[in-house]
Amino acid sequence: MNLEILGITVLWTFLFGYIMVGAIDFGAGFFNAYSLITGKQRVLTKVIQRYLSPVWEITNVFLVFFFVGIIGFFPKTAFYYGTTLLVPVSFGVILLAIRGSYYAFETYGSRGHKGYSFMYGLAGLLIPASLSIVLTISEGGFIELVDGNPVLDYWKLFTSPLTWSIVVLSISATLYISAVFLTWYANKARDTEAAGLLRRYALTWSLPTMIAAGGIIYELKKYQPEHYNNIQNFWPMFLISFLLFVGTVFLLYTKRQYGWAFTMLAGQFAFAFYGYGASHYPYLLYPYLTIYDSFTNPAMAISLIVVFILGLCLLIPSLILVMRLFLFDKDYVRGKGDYHA
Amino acid sequence: MGNEEAVFFSRVLTETTLSFHIIYATIGVGVPLMIMIAQWVGIRKNDEHYILLARRWARGFVITVAVGVVTGTAIGLQLSLLWPNFMELAGNVIALPLFMETFAFFFEAIFLGIYLYTWDRFENQKKHLLLLIPVALGAAFSAVFITIVNAFMNAPRGFDILNGELVNISPLLAMFNPAMPTKVAHVVVTAFMTAAFVLAAIAAFRLLRGSDHVYHKKALFLTMKVGFIFSIGAAIIGDFSGKYLAEYQPEKLAAAEWHFETTDKAELILMGVLTEDNEVKYALKIPYGLSILAANNPFAEVTGLDQFPEDEVPPLYIHYLFNLMVFIGMWMSLLSAVFLLGQWRGWKFVASKWFRWLIVLGGPLTMLAIEFGWWFAEVGRQPWILRDIMKVSEAATTSGQVDSMLILFCLLYFVLGVGSIVVLRRMFRRNPVEKELEDRHAMKGRDVR
Repeated sequence: MNLEILGITVLWTFLFGYIMVGAIDFGAGFFNAYSLITGKQRVLTKVIQRYLSPVWEITNVFLVFFFVGIIGFFPKTAFYYGTTLLVPVSFGVILLAIRGSYYAFETYGSRGHKGYSFMYGLAGLLIPASLSIVLTISEGGFIELVDGNPVLDYWKLFTSPLTWSIVVLSISATLYISAVFLTWYANKARDTEAAGLLRRYALTWSLPTMIAAGGIIYELKKYQPEHYNNIQNFWPMFLISFLLFVGTVFLLYTKRQYGWAFTMLAGQFAFAFYGYGASHYPYLLYPYLTIYDSFTNPAMAISLIVVFILGLCLLIPSLILVMRLFLFDKDYVRGKGDYHA
Repeated sequence: MGNEEAVFFSRVLTETTLSFHIIYATIGVGVPLMIMIAQWVGIRKNDEHYILLARRWARGFVITVAVGVVTGTAIGLQLSLLWPNFMELAGNVIALPLFMETFAFFFEAIFLGIYLYTWDRFENQKKHLLLLIPVALGAAFSAVFITIVNAFMNAPRGFDILNGELVNISPLLAMFNPAMPTKVAHVVVTAFMTAAFVLAAIAAFRLLRGSDHVYHKKALFLTMKVGFIFSIGAAIIGDFSGKYLAEYQPEKLAAAEWHFETTDKAELILMGVLTEDNEVKYALKIPYGLSILAANNPFAEVTGLDQFPEDEVPPLYIHYLFNLMVFIGMWMSLLSAVFLLGQWRGWKFVASKWFRWLIVLGGPLTMLAIEFGWWFAEVGRQPWILRDIMKVSEAATTSGQVDSMLILFCLLYFVLGVGSIVVLRRMFRRNPVEKELEDRHAMKGRDVR
């Protein structure tokens, strides 16, 4: 394995981490706001806030890690993506800011403030949509070089069915991942009413997620045949992903083993995500940028990797501590004892 | 939109984001240390007041951290969005501290979550206090790493440019550049100082607004003590910064001091106005002052602006920014020194209304000094984004939508600024100290009044 592949694998892993924890987080915020409209907040709010509270800031770090890392490992991306993504990413940042701060305002400042809850619930749902546009752009064809400067063709981008399939997938996947996770979490908290409701949400969003994912592959065939052909080479990964999806839905449907249901869901997304990433190789941006011509110098690459390993030695024990205290601590999950400052 | 406009709006947007972010970032770096000190004193003295002080500060801190985190994410992304050419170069040479910063931030975020949700969960209070150490360290090191990147922009090292290609890259040399020691120390120490004086202002304000509770008096005394110590630290490091500038960025020092001609026995110019022919009027001049600041020697020669081409001299209004920053710093040292002396000697006036109003004013003033300091640091580097290597005008994006993004972000910062103030006020209004002390008294069944 060369340094280029090592670098992109690390970054892709963090992006995967962000997509998973972010989806749980954003979906939870949305379900919380939705329950306020439908008058079901009595059922949902408690379990959702119990999960969300200690971890919200951690979610954001995964994203920061990804974009700082990609500039470090592949500095040329700053030129291509930085120049062209001003508008979509700015929207993403603004939504992230609203989501993060209003979440804190509601949770720590004015518990139960409806306006704040709606604001962060809605903002959270739009974040995946606005950030997923970057994936669309990476397929190429939306950026042209004018006098040596990359320019984004907004009209083409927003009239492309590929863009909208990816947007739909990002939203439905967010709700699906979140609902499956929260079903398990509510079940662990022995909150059967919440678990039942969340299980219904999970089943509702399972099919749209799969249809949208299939739609993207179909769109790619027309749009970027090179990538489409590469995807064919990785068919076992997508097959496994699909089987895991079937497994999750089966367990949810038969109301069994929610822990395994979530594990299989994580597996489903991991196989699809890494399969997609591997078939994108070697391009970071079709057809301008590959991981080879944008890679940093060896001195920087090696020092980044050394720092990364040292950092992990610090982070992994800390993350385990968080999980033991909040995710796997029965008393905390069931809401016995409130130790908030 | 022409490229000049893109450069202009990129500068304005970056400046707006940084000016807003730095308020929350400074609090974010400084307040964990204050919480730690209060909780430590509380445990040592077995005094509920200090413990509650730590707890209430921690609650307010979460709100400021949230805004700090999201605006920090904004500036992190804006660097690439607005200055893509700079970031492409920077990514090759100075990506290491940026990368390290994410780890510091990660570490801080994890332990802040744990710390907030484990009050009273441990039998031994000291265990809970231990959880705060990684928060304070993570916050301080975030500042250290980011400031290293800024230091690099002032004194780029660790690479050569050969035929337009970057060669001989050494990430460590780039990190440990000559600007780094003074800059990092100055940023961290002034963050501690500012946090202390902002918290002192709140305590003084509560005392002025009717509450005569000893809780606020303890808070005021503690914060003024810490503020005083760090303000002295800031002054000493500021002096070293002057010497750094004289040696490595003489044009920045000369512009800040309106020092036009290279001379020895240079005088220090305070305030004043500049005529059209660059004559200084109405200024307070301290003989030998600049030579002492630059080299610790009243007879030393100080490089003037005559040594630099006109288009490489930063705007001269930075003189005021520099002066105001220094004045506020010195004023706060003096104010806190008088307060501490007064407490010690039993002078009545330090508990008087007007003196407390001065302390209240000190909070926003110190924050203003932070702003002046950063404006001075950034404008004083003009026209360079990377000194002697890349100009700001070469670094900016070619995108045509920067102006509309500027409007959107201004709206965002307005919403966040107002929101955070409203929430903080409501949070502490609804749950005043007196009430909380009574609740705790009832809960614990011992005297915590």
